Amino acid sequence: MSANISKATRKPAKSGRTLAALLVVLVAFTALAILQGDTKLKLGLDLRGGTSVTLAPKVANGGKVDKAAVEQAVAIIRQRVNSLGVAESEVSSQSNGDIIVSVPGNSSSRVVDLVGATAQLRFRQVLAVGAGNAATSASLATTSATTKTGSKSTAAPAATFPAGVTMALDTAFKNLDCTKAANHQGGAIDDPNQAVVACSLTDTSKYILAPAEVEGSQVSKASAVLDNTNGNGWMVLLNFNGAGTSAFGKMTTRVTSLASPQNQAAIVLDGLVVSAPRINEAINSGSAQISGSFTQTLATDLANKLKYGALPLALTVQEINQVSPTLGSDQLHAGLLAGLIGLILVILYSLLYYRGLGLVSVGSLVVAGSITFLSFLLLGKWIGFTLTLAGIAGAIVSIGITADSFIVYFERLRDEVREGRSLRTAVETGWQRARRTILVADFVSLIAAALLYFFAVGGVRGFAFTLGLTTFVDLIVVFFFTKPFVTVLSRVAFFAEGRNLSGLSAKSLGVVTDSGKDSL
Amino acid sequence: MALSGIGGRLYRGETSINFIAKRRRWFGISGLLIIISAVALGTQGLKLGIEFKGGSVLTVQAPTVSVAQGQAALKSAGVTTESIVQKIGTSKLRLQTTDLPQSTISAARTALASTFNVDPANIDIQTVGPSWGKEITHKALYGLFGFLIVVMLYLAMAFEPKMALSAIVAVIHDVFITVGIYALVGFDVTPATVIGFLTILGYSLYDTVVVFDKVRENTNGITSTARQTYSQAANLALNQTLVRSFNTSLIALLPVASILFVGAGLLGAGTLKDLSLALFIGLATGTYSSIFIATPLLATLREREPAMQALAKRVSTRGGVIETPVDKNTAGVVTSTHSKESHERGPRNQPKRKPRRR
Repeated sequence: MSANISKATRKPAKSGRTLAALLVVLVAFTALAILQGDTKLKLGLDLRGGTSVTLAPKVANGGKVDKAAVEQAVAIIRQRVNSLGVAESEVSSQSNGDIIVSVPGNSSSRVVDLVGATAQLRFRQVLAVGAGNAATSASLATTSATTKTGSKSTAAPAATFPAGVTMALDTAFKNLDCTKAANHQGGAIDDPNQAVVACSLTDTSKYILAPAEVEGSQVSKASAVLDNTNGNGWMVLLNFNGAGTSAFGKMTTRVTSLASPQNQAAIVLDGLVVSAPRINEAINSGSAQISGSFTQTLATDLANKLKYGALPLALTVQEINQVSPTLGSDQLHAGLLAGLIGLILVILYSLLYYRGLGLVSVGSLVVAGSITFLSFLLLGKWIGFTLTLAGIAGAIVSIGITADSFIVYFERLRDEVREGRSLRTAVETGWQRARRTILVADFVSLIAAALLYFFAVGGVRGFAFTLGLTTFVDLIVVFFFTKPFVTVLSRVAFFAEGRNLSGLSAKSLGVVTDSGKDSL
Repeated sequence: MALSGIGGRLYRGETSINFIAKRRRWFGISGLLIIISAVALGTQGLKLGIEFKGGSVLTVQAPTVSVAQGQAALKSAGVTTESIVQKIGTSKLRLQTTDLPQSTISAARTALASTFNVDPANIDIQTVGPSWGKEITHKALYGLFGFLIVVMLYLAMAFEPKMALSAIVAVIHDVFITVGIYALVGFDVTPATVIGFLTILGYSLYDTVVVFDKVRENTNGITSTARQTYSQAANLALNQTLVRSFNTSLIALLPVASILFVGAGLLGAGTLKDLSLALFIGLATGTYSSIFIATPLLATLREREPAMQALAKRVSTRGGVIETPVDKNTAGVVTSTHSKESHERGPRNQPKRKPRRR
């Protein structure tokens, strides 16, 4: 026991130094945050409004997700999203291959359309066009016949065997109802080597399409331009790479002299016809232009789809969250209000129960709060941490964990004093016992937070992160603030003599019989 | 002072609650609750949120809203499947649909915007694909088992294997009862609920860890003396940490309650409410189990050891009164069953520890 007492007498000077060091570190980090210019928290979309979309790669036949393909898809989607021109848009991939897209600001369905429509882009020759409803289906046989005669007269290689209008295709075409919303979803993975039937993306017309001749990945560049010289309005310019140039050249050479609609080249994205421009001439140069009655938005969207449409993998939309800025600020205010009320209740309770010692827990909570806030600021800069509603909830819940460390210590301290030790000694012996309990308990909390983080999906991940972070902060606060602070206070007569309201008075500790031990 | 009544007497040792001796009663109550939970889960099942089954939730905020208007708007947009329309507060309407194509959702948004005369951009939409839920469920289950295994290993290393076993049994007990309450009352289960629920497992263990730490301290070298049986020492530890357990639970509950009331009151259904409701229920069962299940179970397991039985025999021959589980006369609150004066049972009057380690 003598070892402990000598240790205790050495402590106060050291405690003062620890407190001063903590203050210096806090000030340094505050200065760092201000110097970096982050005085504002990075808020998640659920707190400031915006759209977030989670996409999962469609894997054929239970195969594995190709990491490289996912990264490539992320890059492509990022370019697409950036074309919207919204600052701070983010596209990231998760460990399981999921891709998360978040675009702040007003929730608009355009983000969903742009990101959701992500599949293979192909160029296919149009074999037949019809109106969406069943009425026009009867005329298809004649159309097919015309195709045959037309083909023979041109004597082109494809013409000797009219590409694909078989009985099966004819039936499929007849049965396809493009007035149904369900048939405008896209997402079907079409076989590039087969002739297919498809609906239009924009209206209710339907098509029979020849096997694909040019792949979207063979498009090297596409842009929307305003044609001022010829007065064509908005149009889309596109360029092909080497293989694309020769494939597109072959295709255009063959179809340009055919009768309508076989002289059209359909641009098929995700199984839907985005556009089916007529080919006016054989294009062997590798650059083409698509003109029509485009608005700027239509032209830009088409250019984007041509440029970025060829994703290396098909994606399905898993989750869409559209939060308006109004709801966002409501949630932020509710979160902050809940935190404030929670904090006040905890402070009131600890003052009521622990009296003077309660001041220590108030001080510790304030220090813990500042460290947590600073970490949010700095982590926002360093690892892109954003505070979400779930994150705020995690921080509020952790008030309980932080306060519990003081309770464990205070109860130990009071036990030691009840056993007849002087406060100075009790501060040390109580700490040695409480320390182990706090470490074990916080360690269990950290395990929980880490596992929650790895197994949580989407938004609730923020909860696990802040819970873990604040548990860690709790350890720092207990070791470098609470304990040294109590040591310093144990030198103050008010506490050392166990006056009323100090939280260590004989009355509140229940030391009633042996007066010799009471007067510490 | 908030605890001047029972709490004050507890730590002064004037009152000692004999939790361990009544263990059969607690085990019985918990067994019954678990059976009720299993029946509720089997017959009613859990009410899963859209995250688990796919679908959309649209939220409209307008000066005046009514459920009928919302239903009419959905109908006009071509939503024919079953949908749930709820009014939150006076100015918010929450419309939940099944898994529908994106175009139908867009149509519903437009219809709602014109019905309530608001900007379509101010309608909040959450859409979840049907396969999303499977992934969430799998992850939650992996998380649960991973957590149980890691924590059990850690506790077995940090404490004793029997403590680890008792702690885990208490946690599984909490899982059952919380799930049972959700099935019985029909609260919505969302990913936020699952996360809140997993957090509770951490809390429950945290509480148990603190009690066990004291049990270990009290029973350290207990076999070399003949003052107390293992059960008596464990019960003393429970009583000594009771004030802390109570304070901890209350202080943990205060912020959670404030999230629950602010979340449910201001925002209605959502992350805050789901998370804090799970925490609130779990916290209550967690506190119960660490006092009434974990420690009594530990005592039962340890009392079976030959060394502890020998100790119990020595204690009884020395003349002390052993509190055994078969002692039916022992009341819940023991005031004077001991030959000594009751207030001498407080921490101050316990056998003085040997000189401290180190």
